[in-house]
Amino acid sequence: MLVRLLREHLAPYRAWLAGVAVLQLVGVLAMLYQPSLNARIIDEGIVLGQTATIWRLGGVMLAVSVLQIVCSIGAAYLGARTAMALGRDLRRAQFARVQAFSAQELGRFGAPSLLTRTTNDVQQVQMLVVMGATIAITSPIMMVGGIVMALREDLGLGWILVVVVPALFASVGFVISRMVPSFRAMQVRIDKVNRVLREQISGIRVVRAFVREPREVERFEVANDALTDVAIRAGRWMATLFPLAMVVVNVSSVAVIWFGGLRVDAGETEIGALTAFLSYLMQILMSVMMATFLFMQIPRSAVCADRISEVLATESSVRPPAAPTVPDVSRRGHVDLEAVTFGYPGADEPVLHEVDLVGRPGQTVAVIGSTGAGKTTLLNLVPRLFDATGGVVRVGGVDVRDLDPEALWAELGLVPQQAYLFSGTVRSNLAHGKPDATEEEMWAALEVAQARDFVAALPEGLDAPVTQGGTDFSGGQRQRLAIARAVVRRPAVYLFDDSFSALDLATDARLRAALRPVTTDALVLVVAQRVSTIRDADVIVVLEHGRVVGRGTHDELVATCETYQEIVSSQRSAQEAA
Amino acid sequence: MSTQQPARPASAQATVRMGPPGGGRGGPMGPGGGMGMGGKAQSFGPSARRLLARLRPERTATLGVVVLVAVSVGLMSVGPRLLGHATDLVFRGFVGAMYPAGTPDSALPEAVQGQGVVPGQGVDFGAVGEWLLLVLGVYLVGSLFSWLAGFVLNGVVQRTIRTLRADVEEKLHRLPLSYVDRSARGEILSRVTNDIDNVSTTLQQTMSQLLQSLLMLLAVLAMMLWISPLLALVAFVSVPVSLALTRVIMKRSKTQFSAQWARTGELNAHVEEAFSGQALVKVFGRTKEVEQRFGELNDGLFDVSFRAQFISGLVMPTMMFVGNLNYVVVAVVGALRVSSGALTLGEVQAFVQYTRQFSQPLTTVASMANLLQSGVASAERVFELLDAQEQSAERTDETLPERDVTHGEVRFEHVRFSYEPDRELVRDLSLVARPGQTVAIVGPTGAGKTTLVNLVMRFYDLGSGRITLDGVDVAAVPRRDLRSRIGMVLQDTWLFEGTIRDNIAYGRPGATEEQVLEAARATFVDRFVHALPDGYDTVVTENGGSLSAGERQLVTIARAFLTDPALLILDEATSSVDTRTELLLQQAMTALRADRTSFVIAHRLSTIRDADLILVMEHGDIVEQGTHEELVAADGAYARLYRSQFEGAVTDGMTGAEGAAPVS
Repeated sequence: MLVRLLREHLAPYRAWLAGVAVLQLVGVLAMLYQPSLNARIIDEGIVLGQTATIWRLGGVMLAVSVLQIVCSIGAAYLGARTAMALGRDLRRAQFARVQAFSAQELGRFGAPSLLTRTTNDVQQVQMLVVMGATIAITSPIMMVGGIVMALREDLGLGWILVVVVPALFASVGFVISRMVPSFRAMQVRIDKVNRVLREQISGIRVVRAFVREPREVERFEVANDALTDVAIRAGRWMATLFPLAMVVVNVSSVAVIWFGGLRVDAGETEIGALTAFLSYLMQILMSVMMATFLFMQIPRSAVCADRISEVLATESSVRPPAAPTVPDVSRRGHVDLEAVTFGYPGADEPVLHEVDLVGRPGQTVAVIGSTGAGKTTLLNLVPRLFDATGGVVRVGGVDVRDLDPEALWAELGLVPQQAYLFSGTVRSNLAHGKPDATEEEMWAALEVAQARDFVAALPEGLDAPVTQGGTDFSGGQRQRLAIARAVVRRPAVYLFDDSFSALDLATDARLRAALRPVTTDALVLVVAQRVSTIRDADVIVVLEHGRVVGRGTHDELVATCETYQEIVSSQRSAQEAA
Repeated sequence: MSTQQPARPASAQATVRMGPPGGGRGGPMGPGGGMGMGGKAQSFGPSARRLLARLRPERTATLGVVVLVAVSVGLMSVGPRLLGHATDLVFRGFVGAMYPAGTPDSALPEAVQGQGVVPGQGVDFGAVGEWLLLVLGVYLVGSLFSWLAGFVLNGVVQRTIRTLRADVEEKLHRLPLSYVDRSARGEILSRVTNDIDNVSTTLQQTMSQLLQSLLMLLAVLAMMLWISPLLALVAFVSVPVSLALTRVIMKRSKTQFSAQWARTGELNAHVEEAFSGQALVKVFGRTKEVEQRFGELNDGLFDVSFRAQFISGLVMPTMMFVGNLNYVVVAVVGALRVSSGALTLGEVQAFVQYTRQFSQPLTTVASMANLLQSGVASAERVFELLDAQEQSAERTDETLPERDVTHGEVRFEHVRFSYEPDRELVRDLSLVARPGQTVAIVGPTGAGKTTLVNLVMRFYDLGSGRITLDGVDVAAVPRRDLRSRIGMVLQDTWLFEGTIRDNIAYGRPGATEEQVLEAARATFVDRFVHALPDGYDTVVTENGGSLSAGERQLVTIARAFLTDPALLILDEATSSVDTRTELLLQQAMTALRADRTSFVIAHRLSTIRDADLILVMEHGDIVEQGTHEELVAADGAYARLYRSQFEGAVTDGMTGAEGAAPVS
């Protein structure tokens, strides 16, 4: 997954990565050249007392070192740019993908998890690329360079490398293979710890009201201990890595002196070659150790990459059509549901069962029924937040699945059950409905939504700030602003999802009265709990367990529909008690 | 070749030393190491010191680590020197074999004079072998100590982080609700998750390297001082230069890091909002605008994080350059000293190599410091949370009657309360709820209805006055004793990630399956559960997942139902439930409310018309109280509210439209 993700998303930055490789190569070669310059400063300069030579070689060394620093900085520049650009691209890709999700995928992942994947997880992958840009290229070059130089010094001792290098790889590989599962487990447990904390904060009132603090502390302790355990386990292997590699290298350096000494005695090599061999051995060790840092980051990044890939690989269950059409202009404001069925995958019973509904411009069509009867689901089928699992939903005479989504949504004005406002101002929220709305249009919409008075009373008026979710407004005010947002749009179809629940009946009635002249050539599709809200509707559809059990005007239903009668009497009993 | 040869061994011998991370002889440097760390920490300010102070419970282990590292650094730096001696043995034998036995020392080439060459004697492989075994032993013991140190340190760091995490989590439960309400949820969240993660990662990465590098610096410094104080001084010049350069870079990278965190926060907020309101964004055709804004923020984050990364990536090359510069200067000065006869050749060679060794840990320290910077900044944010003022201390002056003999009489006596000091919300409120009564609270938003029950629950402390339960001041008993007698259904329908079954059982651990199902049936949860993919085992997410608002509300009601409390508080508990279900629910609730005192807040007056006592609140005061009939007869505020709800379009009695509207 990780490899695929990187290959795919690093493709545009191949040139930059090539630049990193070239710069690192030059930089490392410069670095490899330094020891021999060091040695020459000593041998030709200090030993012979040649200050001028020292200056000259020192100058060369500084020049090489400048070259090295320039290359390193260049590589750091390109590497950082590539890594961060990858991060940016991954965030963008996920964001776009989530925007296309239907309510179903959104519910499956959950918004908090998607947020984590879009930000934190991307950081981990980014980190891998940052490290990779420095290590993945430097380390092999250093290693190969070290081996070549060592062999150049004394080919006869080459067999030691044949033993050491695989031994080094084997021991490091063994430790890493032990660490990888721990690191994977660690990532999962970090997530768990964070989730518990998130829940504790968002549910703080419930936790306190039910005196569940001890249980929460315990729950956290379990998660915390589990994380600590695995972190200690991973850490122990990590602590083993360096000493183990040191043992391998040190033992081999002793071997070099012993066998090298024999070769020197036999006149097959020089003493200088021995010690040079030793320092190159050390270089090989360093390169392997550097590589291990990269290997340690890989498991963490791999887990994150999996989760990112999961988002990117999830196709929205609501896909835009290959050949989109636009609604039939002559049927503006037409909504037809024909034998519509909707069920969650794996559920016992479908949420909606063969529902038919016809709405025409100028009409008010109401849907009423108990909690869980499928009212909201029905309404959500119109803007394609879900796709029906059976039957057809038509808007403007065209199957919504054949419509260009933008064209479909342009027809609709939705007021959801939870009146969600965006952070910004009253004005910016209304602009969500109609970006180019004039001030007059905004006030007119607020007037219809019965929100004019309280907005006008705000010191900043239309520019009054709104926090995320609109928490600084009361539930009723939020609902009215959300209604105004839909009204300012003047859509062909209004979708009200229990949008009047927080309003008292008087406001409700005034709002409906104000809405009537605005909606003469539009269809109003309304879900409601209160009979009074929908009494005047042209058609009322009564839903029960996802099935239509009644259809008609209020008077007809009162006369014929048992479920409707129950609903009415449940509300009237209150009235009669007065 | 022969002119070159004598020079090689010496230079090569020095080269050996430069390899492994070690410096000088062991020496007593434990306490020195500690001081070094303290000194470094100061430049990071109090938060770094405080972070170190958290290691205090692990004092013994930490000290052990310092000793172990000191020993291993010592051994590992002695190793190359011993290995060098073995090389010398080989060298002597090699040179000795070149000259006939009995050649006087003075007849040997100048460079090998005084190096113990015995002419005529070849390499004594017995002696070399013995030395090499010694070296092997030193290396093995050194590695063992280094492994032990890493092993112990790992435990120290992980346990410290675990304690820090646990402290933060427990702190959450002691924070006053006002703190949580005031702060943005994402803010606290970020502190307890991202910041702690960051502290943990940086501690793990930096601690062992920092310790080792600092000890190595000291060891090398000691060796250099021992050889030549003057040269040591020259070499030491590189330290302030390095520090200054590091500081310049770090200052810049810090600005960029802060910018990066700020941008990450902004982006997070935008993404969170876009995801939460995704359906609306889509249906209102705002996808392009939202994506455009995201693009701007995303590009902005790219910009600063790239800069932060790049600037902190400058530390290593810069330090390496300083090291090289230092090397050349030392070489030149050293050569001058040799020609003036102040130092021997071997000393300068050794010194030059130590200079190399010196710059490596210095580079490490500099890059660790840069890394630590981000960890300390996070630690600071965590400490801020830990330092936040806690809710008032628990009192145990009085005890509530046993659970089964709690009558549930609630009294408010001259209660005053304000969320903000300058805006008093509740002024001198008194009321009595008799055992078994249902008390309904109605009134417009902002009247203080929810505040009233928050005070009963002791979510907030009173300004003055007192609230009693069965005659016992609720402030004089532990909060948990009080709350365990109260069942509450809140306006916000919080469910945790788990099955529906677990969510219902939340209020009563150890509830049997039958009890859970009974509660579910009584509250009509049972009715919709079967349409869900896994029935009662359907996992709901924090934000409810596939449950509708009304369904979530039912689950929370079932949860309270199961706790069987003495006092029941329903805060807009049924606002999203349809009226028929509500009617049925009320029958269940009536059974539930029998023999227990209940407070019910509702804007639907149908919900509360049969309450024993109705309190009408406005602006934190109770303006009317009585039964439904009494209040309707009195024709006051309640009657107006009532008419507005049940006579639909009639608008006559509405005074000041917004003020009296029962909007909540």
